[in-house]
Amino acid sequence: MTALNPGGWRPEMTAAGGADDNTTFTGNRALMLEEALIFEIGSTATTGVDFDEAAPAADLGALARTAPIGLPGLSEAETVRHYTRLSRQNYAIDLGLFPLGSCTMKHNPRLNEKVARMPGFADAHPLQPQETVQGAYAVIHELAEWLITLTGMHSVAMSPKAGAHGELCGILCIKAALEARGEDRRVILVPESAHGTNPATAAFAGFTVEDIPATEAGRVNLEALKARLGPDVAGVMITNPNTCGLFERDMKAISDAVHAAGGYVYCDGANFNAIVGRVRPGDLGVDAMHINLHKTFSTPHGGGGPGSGPVVLSEALAPFAPLPFVTKHAEGFRLIEEESAGEDHPQTFGRMTAFHGQMGMFTRALTYILSHGADGLKQVAEDAVLNANYVLRSLEGVLDAPFAASGPCMHEALFSDKGLAEGFSTLDIAKGLIDEGYHPMTVYFPLVVHGAMLVEPTETESKAALDQFIGALRSVAMRAKNGDPALKSAPHFAPRARLDETGAARKPILAWNEPAAAPGTPSLSEIGGS
Amino acid sequence: MRYLPLTSDDRSAMLATIGAASIDDLFANVPVDARLDGPIADLPRHASELAVERHMAALARQNRAAGDGPFFLGAGAYRHHVPASVDHLIQRGEFLTAYTPYQPEIAQGTLQMLFEFQSQVARLLGTDVANASMYDGSTACWEAIVMARRITKRGKALLSTGLHPHYRSVARTMAKYTGDVLVDGDPSLEAGTDWAALADSIDKDTSCVVVQYPDILGRIDDMTALAAACQAAGALLIAVVTEPVALGLIKAPGEMGADIVVGEGQSIGVGLQFGGPYVGLFACKTKYVRQMPGRLCGETVDANGKRGFVLTLSTREQHIRREKATSNICTNSGLCALAFSIHMTLLGEAGLRQLAAINHGRAKMAATELAKIPGVSVLNNSYFNEFTLLLPTEARPVIHKLAERDILGGVSLGRLYPANANLANGLVVAVTETVTEADISAFAAALKEVLA
Repeated sequence: MTALNPGGWRPEMTAAGGADDNTTFTGNRALMLEEALIFEIGSTATTGVDFDEAAPAADLGALARTAPIGLPGLSEAETVRHYTRLSRQNYAIDLGLFPLGSCTMKHNPRLNEKVARMPGFADAHPLQPQETVQGAYAVIHELAEWLITLTGMHSVAMSPKAGAHGELCGILCIKAALEARGEDRRVILVPESAHGTNPATAAFAGFTVEDIPATEAGRVNLEALKARLGPDVAGVMITNPNTCGLFERDMKAISDAVHAAGGYVYCDGANFNAIVGRVRPGDLGVDAMHINLHKTFSTPHGGGGPGSGPVVLSEALAPFAPLPFVTKHAEGFRLIEEESAGEDHPQTFGRMTAFHGQMGMFTRALTYILSHGADGLKQVAEDAVLNANYVLRSLEGVLDAPFAASGPCMHEALFSDKGLAEGFSTLDIAKGLIDEGYHPMTVYFPLVVHGAMLVEPTETESKAALDQFIGALRSVAMRAKNGDPALKSAPHFAPRARLDETGAARKPILAWNEPAAAPGTPSLSEIGGS
Repeated sequence: MRYLPLTSDDRSAMLATIGAASIDDLFANVPVDARLDGPIADLPRHASELAVERHMAALARQNRAAGDGPFFLGAGAYRHHVPASVDHLIQRGEFLTAYTPYQPEIAQGTLQMLFEFQSQVARLLGTDVANASMYDGSTACWEAIVMARRITKRGKALLSTGLHPHYRSVARTMAKYTGDVLVDGDPSLEAGTDWAALADSIDKDTSCVVVQYPDILGRIDDMTALAAACQAAGALLIAVVTEPVALGLIKAPGEMGADIVVGEGQSIGVGLQFGGPYVGLFACKTKYVRQMPGRLCGETVDANGKRGFVLTLSTREQHIRREKATSNICTNSGLCALAFSIHMTLLGEAGLRQLAAINHGRAKMAATELAKIPGVSVLNNSYFNEFTLLLPTEARPVIHKLAERDILGGVSLGRLYPANANLANGLVVAVTETVTEADISAFAAALKEVLA
């Protein structure tokens, strides 16, 4: 297969090698394989699927789709090769440490994948008669019980599709509870260090977002928060452990103050993995918290989802939880939908999604939880915190840790760009790490730290893996401090050099368009599909 | 514990490096009374892979899998054959265990795949551009309604009564809190759609008209006139597609003038999965792209002039815009988008058209057979692979009696519209390429027996 790499060697180049001594005919470099788009190599007449029968004639009149659609097909052999080649241009947990802070890139156990594919789970329809899917309801119920017990909360809404969807669920519970009380509170307080989803969610639900001041130690300023509370404040959204990697020591006092002022406490549970099995948010006065099953409970991140964001709720918010949900009875499990909600759940704020949530993530998360058990989950939190502190302390004197004086971090270590050579930035360190064979840490988040670098190693890294990473980060950091010019153009060994993101946004190309054929240019079908 | 690599010696050495006496020291910022001493009581301890697999397999066996016998359910989730290579490829660790491509130099695999996915979706739906996916069809539908409000600066959305009731429920839930006004209702048992009436209801406050195609009762219709009516009134036409395979046979909404087309992509590549995870499709005309929710992948070049792909137009998004973002969505449905894209690549246009024709033919065969049963008739005057049967009695008990005979015979309108007695005799039946002629005969025989 000829890869259509515009940067590759072309016949019109005069000397072998052209401008670059490493140029090859294909643009490939041994195992580093270029891959064209399906639109360049496929053909609308090709299919990789055989059917047992010819297409019967249809009589749909004017509704028949007669114009070309333009969807290229490939044989199965070509398809497997195309996507396998693409996959090799990705970094992944399976390849190495992936210290993306706040995203919790831990090992994804393969038993979870096997279980999710059992036909009883993978090949069941959400609207099957309830008596034919009791095992599926049992999974939802068993996972719900674990989440309730691990968080010390009253109940859980299972249907939210991802973390941000869970945030919306919690915020709508708060809004419904306030409405039930006949109160029109309009303000949600959110610290500046919060994930962007927090203010976006609160605004989406019609709230005004105001900032909560932080202390110099990187935590919520309790006194400032107390001073702001009042009859217009619906609640707070606080991430705990927070995005600086610190536990909010005053969480209980914060909750008490918010409750005393008539508000509710939403906890962003993105970092629950740091405390699972060791701390229960219910003991800290939390009213609602989403749990990213794809973080704490290791359902695969899949290149950007799917996630799953069940929301645990306090007794005060439980009556407002969304539909549907599963209940257990003597005769078996029952799904509470719109039909019986009037009797069983009259105050629900409604439905957030079609069907019942991310079943495929529930089976994986429950498998993960049962594998670890209560003792293993506690060990998960402890090893995650141990690994992060090991990174934090091992880089002392190399990178500036703005909150090092605030005591141990939780599951992630935060550094700033202080002390880098003139003209060198966090971005350069990130790109340098790529050449060292690592995915960079989260960069420029949280916003409260200049040039932030948020490192979350997770508990599934060995000491040897951490030592190598620390060595690599130290080396790259020293290059940035010493002003190594080669670092400015890193990465040098990745499938691509730095990409022009400004150009991409200025003149967006968001879909394939057939290039206008220049005279003498071979047609697409001549180039590809062979 | 098989997933945790640290040994006790490692832990001791690391604590020494940190300068902590014990793990507990690392939790010093957690107030003592909030710390748990040991593992939470009454919860099981860790278990072997064998034991966990045994437990989960026992639960799986308590479900009747769709493939265990005749199966006719649809109503927003469709059972299609997914080629084996799809599941193999999405389990490549480089896809499965990567995340949102924040570092494009080492995420070109995901990014190029997303660019291809966006291009495939735009072409399938007949629009200019598509995003990198949403959670599912129902949330995509709501996001489209909000997007129409942003574009038109109007707040009233007209929902066709043929919109999936769950999609309508999601919109109603959200609208309660955002102040959007929704005009909606249950479908009536008519052979055709309510689109002509919808066109007449558009006024100067209407932000959008939302129609499903094929709709919840399986009906299909031409939306050209409705699109023109929307355009004349300054409103947007939003089309919802819950069965994208249909678009291999019937005109795409974009071709007929829809401004925003959203859909549920589950039926291509993803599988039933008891309702999720699925993949929301979101597409629109180019002029609205800056009002779109969700991630967008765009083409660019690297420092050496090589073509590459990046996430782009992120100034719409929550991580940049925070409370002013077009949506709060962050994680979407990347792996399901990959499954969709691989399956679509395997099919190609030729395969998609053949698959769609086979579905339609199989549905016609089933409709003909089922309508022969005394007292049973087909409501629709047009359909793709799903139609509504009118039974001489309430459909819900019939479904349970069919299940006792090991036949999953469709979705009753009583389940979807429990409060509406007028619809109680309706049964929505989906017939895909996975249904055999023997399945249809068995269904017809059992239905006849149950109704006798």
